[in-house]
Amino acid sequence: MGLTESDINAIWLTIKLAFTVTIILLIIGTPIAVWLAKTKSWLRGPINAIVALPLVLPPTVLGFYLLIAMGPDGPIGQLTEQLGLGLLPFTFWGLVIASLFYSLPFVVQPIQNAVEAIGKKPLEAAATLHSKPIDTFFYVILPLARPGFISAAILGFAHTVGEFGIVLMIGGNIPAETKVVSIQIYDQVEALEYAGAHRLSAIMLGFSFIALLLLYSFQKRGIATKFRIGR
Amino acid sequence: MTQINSTSSTIIANFQISLHSGSQVFELSVNSEFPSTGITAILGESGSGKTTLLRCIAGLEKSAKGLLKVGETTWLDDKHCVPTYEREIGYVFQDARLFEHLNVQGNLQFAIKRSHEKVQKAFYAEVINALDIGHLMQHKPDQLSGGEKQRVAIARALLVKPKMLIMDEPLASLDNARKQDVLPYLAALQNMFHLPVLYVSHSTDEVCRLADHVIVLHQGKVVAQGGINDVFASTQLPHIYKQETSTIIKAKIIEKDERWHLVKAEFDGNTLWLQDHNQAIGKAVRLRIIASDVSLSLQDEKESTILNRLEGRIGGIEIDKKSATALVTVDLMNSEVVAQVTRKSIDDLFLMVGMKIWAQIKSVAILA
Repeated sequence: MGLTESDINAIWLTIKLAFTVTIILLIIGTPIAVWLAKTKSWLRGPINAIVALPLVLPPTVLGFYLLIAMGPDGPIGQLTEQLGLGLLPFTFWGLVIASLFYSLPFVVQPIQNAVEAIGKKPLEAAATLHSKPIDTFFYVILPLARPGFISAAILGFAHTVGEFGIVLMIGGNIPAETKVVSIQIYDQVEALEYAGAHRLSAIMLGFSFIALLLLYSFQKRGIATKFRIGR
Repeated sequence: MTQINSTSSTIIANFQISLHSGSQVFELSVNSEFPSTGITAILGESGSGKTTLLRCIAGLEKSAKGLLKVGETTWLDDKHCVPTYEREIGYVFQDARLFEHLNVQGNLQFAIKRSHEKVQKAFYAEVINALDIGHLMQHKPDQLSGGEKQRVAIARALLVKPKMLIMDEPLASLDNARKQDVLPYLAALQNMFHLPVLYVSHSTDEVCRLADHVIVLHQGKVVAQGGINDVFASTQLPHIYKQETSTIIKAKIIEKDERWHLVKAEFDGNTLWLQDHNQAIGKAVRLRIIASDVSLSLQDEKESTILNRLEGRIGGIEIDKKSATALVTVDLMNSEVVAQVTRKSIDDLFLMVGMKIWAQIKSVAILA
């Protein structure tokens, strides 16, 4: 295919980033999604709005705020320095944190929809069978919401692979540390290396198509809960 | 009269609940004691609060206030509310509510794993046999018919080893043919598992067939309660069920008449001729005689097509001045039967308590 070492580094980094972000988001997104699906609290509206913000905010705005927060005078920056982790901007973990915010709605919303679709009936049935709430969560809610988790994982991964603006703001352009595929393509175009840009773009196009194909074929078979954006 | 045995697990329910849905407020107020044995039916039209009552007993309605005691255990009072998963009940929902992600076996195992008492292999086998679901084990819920789903749901509820079985119109979502798939199993449950059962229904047929005890709800209030015959054979029955007033009899088949295709049933020294449905001699049957199917005569009218004529004395006359009809109780040998007749006839024949009378029974329904 004629990929350069720099291309391969970018692809590997992108996969590592997307994988890390997806795993972390599934872990922290699930309680948020389940809470949003079940709560009657007045906080539901505000939290829903905050989770959905990255859908409408320009990535540069999100990136700008995160850059300041993670900088030497920002709360996250001060925390990481105190913990001896140094400053996060222009590091891989800085990118991970930025991506967590950026991809949050794509993971939370499918899970939330799936949990809402379960309704209270199976949960009541479980309670009458002596199942404690935590037991019901693992043995009834999780398996019944599985399609939602599949959608969430595919969308979270694909969306992280596809980000550009926020990476530019937080990560910059450090080979093998923060230079993901989308930045690599940008660089190649800037340098008029169209052949290289073609190769990577084609790979991205193919990947994105396959990810969405997977998602929609799950939905067609009624396995995945329909992904609704924005709510 | 029904004996309420207070030493075992009598259920004391005394609570109020207001449910709000939109601008509608539904109030349920119950102050009852249910016996701890047999099947207690909760009868009422839709919207009378039957299901809400069951949900309060199961702890599924969080806003219920009041007192709920089962035997010595308090499930609800001013201070605390035992959560549903700690109440030792089995609940059969109207819509079965099997877990879609598990097959039949998985659904049953879900209950067994969470039972407070170890489920013995023999008990498991007995439940599966009783409900005849052994061949369905590997099926997913969406591959089952409505009747099969409901049978699995009943088995699942039994396998948590409940102290009480709660059934919310388990037959309501089934068509008539499917009902027959489940009804016989329900009737047999009581005998096999000796569990107190609370059974909600809007069908007087089902209630008369299954229940030993009945509570009638109307617009969120208990309007009648007692033994099945005490409620159905009296003016206790609220107006909407007036046409359902009937005598419910436990009888035994004692004789067959092959020639006329009839069987003779005996109850407390009285006998009735019934259609022969291949009942074996000695079989216990439950019979229902609707009060409007009984007429009264001052003499034994042998020249009549009515086969069942029972001699007795008038034990009571209950007159409702607003109605054209009245209920007359005829005392038989150790038993009684009620007749719904017009007030005019009572007046014309000068019927009075203590008079000798013949009850002519036009039809008898064989319930079970």
